[in-house]
Amino acid sequence: MIAPENLTEYHKDILKEIGNIGAGNAATALSELVNKSVDMTLPTVKLVPFHEVVQIVGGEETVVAATFFRVAGDAPGNMFLIFTLREAITLLRQLTGDPNIDEESIFHSEIARSALQETGNILAGSYLSSFSDFTGLNLSPSVPFLTVDMAAAVLSYGLMEMSQVSDYAIIIDTQLRETEHSSIDSHFLLLPDPDSFQRIFKSLGVQVNE
Amino acid sequence: MHTINVKISDYQVTKAPIKLKTTGLGSCVGVVVFEPSRHVAAMAHVMLPSSELSRDLTFNLAKYADTALPVMVTELIQSFGVQRQHLKAKIAGGAQMFQFTGKSEALRIGPRNIEAVKDTLKSLEIPVIAEDVGGQNGRTIEFDIEKCQLMIRTIHKGITAI
Repeated sequence: MIAPENLTEYHKDILKEIGNIGAGNAATALSELVNKSVDMTLPTVKLVPFHEVVQIVGGEETVVAATFFRVAGDAPGNMFLIFTLREAITLLRQLTGDPNIDEESIFHSEIARSALQETGNILAGSYLSSFSDFTGLNLSPSVPFLTVDMAAAVLSYGLMEMSQVSDYAIIIDTQLRETEHSSIDSHFLLLPDPDSFQRIFKSLGVQVNE
Repeated sequence: MHTINVKISDYQVTKAPIKLKTTGLGSCVGVVVFEPSRHVAAMAHVMLPSSELSRDLTFNLAKYADTALPVMVTELIQSFGVQRQHLKAKIAGGAQMFQFTGKSEALRIGPRNIEAVKDTLKSLEIPVIAEDVGGQNGRTIEFDIEKCQLMIRTIHKGITAI
């Protein structure tokens, strides 16, 4: 097992490449879904203390629509697709063509919620399949779980595995952004379990010094 | 008035008029232990139920219910010279943020945290006089030491006090 604190720049570059390939594929899937061109930022690999994790999505009490996936297979981990409420509304209006979608719909409309979950499902599927192709590791997402709540309450759930070995999280973060109006701006967060890092590096023939 | 923000896997000890606050409790549990007549209190933001889960030999005591609460209570007693038998507790949090159908223990982290907090407080002989636990929503809590009041904010149900 690799302690997060011992991760080298080289290791981080490899994880970035995974984010790059995965989110690149997901961006294509999203742009097909909304029929607009979707861009992504260069992935960042963040090694952060737990209480700083939420800064990624704008602070502890920022309300987010988060779709969570448990990744099963050779390199298990947690995955989140995160939209702020405003972004989720924009996305849903584009997906459904219904201009009346508002905050209320995200909490209570079955159609709005399942559209959001299904988006997550498609994006996570494309992210993981390219991750899988790149590493040769067998990876599959669980069914999507959507929750709308404070960012800290949501994200801390994804830290449970890592919290048993460290006070730091390693997060592969990629932002997807609609090119034209930059109205959809979402975060794709991948948090491999502590034991998964070694398996990821090994699958790519990278030496790991413990 | 000055407020101390308690981070995840941390605890703080202080006295009135300072307030204690912690934001975005999901499956984590916020634990307030206080001495009502002396206006002193401590708040912990507990992340996991038991230090037996730790795979590290050295770990942050404030992360686990079974280790955080004893050290926090000892610090409260030593800092202000209060009597253990006068201490009381209020707790909030321990939600299940995602509704899983599976029965995996790891996914039941919220309920396990609540149980561990209650067990540990019981072994410390500190009664829980109010609680707002479980459910499916995140909580931000703030403790007014003077009034011994715990304010709980959620995005779905607004603000309540216990």
